[in-house]
Amino acid sequence: MITLQHMMVLSGLLFALSVAGIFINRKNVILLLMCIELLLLSANFNFVAFSRFLGNLEGQVFVFFILTVAAAESAIGLAILVVLFRERRTIAVEDLNSLKG
Amino acid sequence: MTDTTFSLAQILPAMPEIYLTAAVCALLLFDVFFGLKAPGRTASFTLFLLLGGALVTLVTADVQVAHLLFSGMYIADNLATLLKLAAFLFVAVALYYSGDYLNRRRIHKGEYYVLSLTALLGILVLASAGNLITVYIGVELLSLSLYALVAFDRDNGVAAEAAMKYFVLGAIASGTLLYGMSLVYGMTGSLSLDILSSALSGEPSLGLLLGLTFIVVAIGFKFGAVPFHMWVPDVYQGAPTPVTMLVATAPKLASFALAFRLLAEGMAGQVAAWSQMLSVLAVVSIVLGNIVAIAQTNLRRMLAYSAISNVGFILLGFVSGTADGYQAALYFTLVYVLTTLGSFGVILLAARDGFEADEIEQYKGLSKRDPLLALVMAALMFSTAGVPPFVGFWAKLRVLESLIHGGHLWLAGIAVLMSVIGAFYYLRLVWMMYFEAPGDLPGKLTRAPIRLMVVVNAFAALALGLMPDALLDVCRSVIPL
Repeated sequence: MITLQHMMVLSGLLFALSVAGIFINRKNVILLLMCIELLLLSANFNFVAFSRFLGNLEGQVFVFFILTVAAAESAIGLAILVVLFRERRTIAVEDLNSLKG
Repeated sequence: MTDTTFSLAQILPAMPEIYLTAAVCALLLFDVFFGLKAPGRTASFTLFLLLGGALVTLVTADVQVAHLLFSGMYIADNLATLLKLAAFLFVAVALYYSGDYLNRRRIHKGEYYVLSLTALLGILVLASAGNLITVYIGVELLSLSLYALVAFDRDNGVAAEAAMKYFVLGAIASGTLLYGMSLVYGMTGSLSLDILSSALSGEPSLGLLLGLTFIVVAIGFKFGAVPFHMWVPDVYQGAPTPVTMLVATAPKLASFALAFRLLAEGMAGQVAAWSQMLSVLAVVSIVLGNIVAIAQTNLRRMLAYSAISNVGFILLGFVSGTADGYQAALYFTLVYVLTTLGSFGVILLAARDGFEADEIEQYKGLSKRDPLLALVMAALMFSTAGVPPFVGFWAKLRVLESLIHGGHLWLAGIAVLMSVIGAFYYLRLVWMMYFEAPGDLPGKLTRAPIRLMVVVNAFAALALGLMPDALLDVCRSVIPL
């Protein structure tokens, strides 16, 4: 029997993985975008789980909004990435260092 | 709740958002048909649309009590009306300042105006949010537009880097916000802020506390409070100056709305928990912002750290958890946005071709080269530093008063001490403008209408300071006790 606790532990793990992925990753900006998607999905997972166990549909409605916004968000992220690549010829995270102080 | 009858009167209070959505579509078409050859036309049309929006907000604002629309998704109250009016006005002034600069840099494009208006739409939605979904939609509308705006000069590698950093950190903030919202939803079974505020009282459960922490972290990110401030200096320095001005001004109103709707209204039952978290964020923001700003040589980076310390003051207004404190926070936010708008207006006026006027050194002897601009900048710096009779002084005073009434004496003490330290870097700029020899920099440009607007802006900071209660009474009337 899968309980709410199992769901919450899984979504917590997804959240922790994605945040760790964003901060540990030094290689590639594309990986950052993937981690951001995972971050949003972990929240979605929570919403669906709670919605199921509370017997309340609002959470699942919210998930549709999040999915839509997440699509728009990746589109903008990729667009910025294209501009960045045209100017720098690299998408390595460690090369994003011209602003400091 | 289940009332499904529909009449026009029900959607009338949401008119500002409906108008602005239509205006964005109209602007897109206008830009394609008339703006490609003469971007100045798009600029004028945008200003016309914004003034129309302010008018629509005023006309549809005759609401005396807060009331809910669209099954509680949307709140139409006087606070929302004030924030919307201010947002329309501030964005209009910001766009007015930036047209000339964009023209000279040959980056005057319709996108700039369209994205500014969609960002403004996000602010409006956030100001009226009555449900966690509406809050999220507002935050994302604003943030996504701003990410794109920062990168809109496509041949500027530094701006693209700033946009990337802003995007990644902003996305983490949104994710954190959502995760916190999901936990709060799980603990209460509702997304409506109205129901949350009555459901959440008494001793918080662990899950709720965790959710609340995530939400406070996200608010800290969006405000740019320490330790979630990493994006602020980079975006301020990297983005084109007009975009920096847009990021630095109106979105602060949205952050205020976000904090007010989520914490002061939705989490009203848990004041003790979140006000403690906010007081930590506020104190480290004020301390770190003011100290690091002293070490900056770049004016935009200095203003970024100044923004961080001022955000600390806004958060301090929330700490006391009383209507008194929220009024002070609102007053401070409005005043801060007004003076910052003027400071960036001066930077835009001082810029020349191939010369951004964003190093503090470049302001040496400005009083000889351009006395009027130096006077305006000095007034705005005095106001931000909190020197009477300028309005910045009263804003700080009200926040401190609310802290003392709430019994947070040591917080007030730290805030005063750091304001004194912070005054140093504002006054250093004034010193450079007036008492140092001018370098071999170009003289003034005559941009009479924009100069007039900057003067009006600085004069507003002085006039509101001479009549400190005028704006405060408005803030008092929109956040009733």
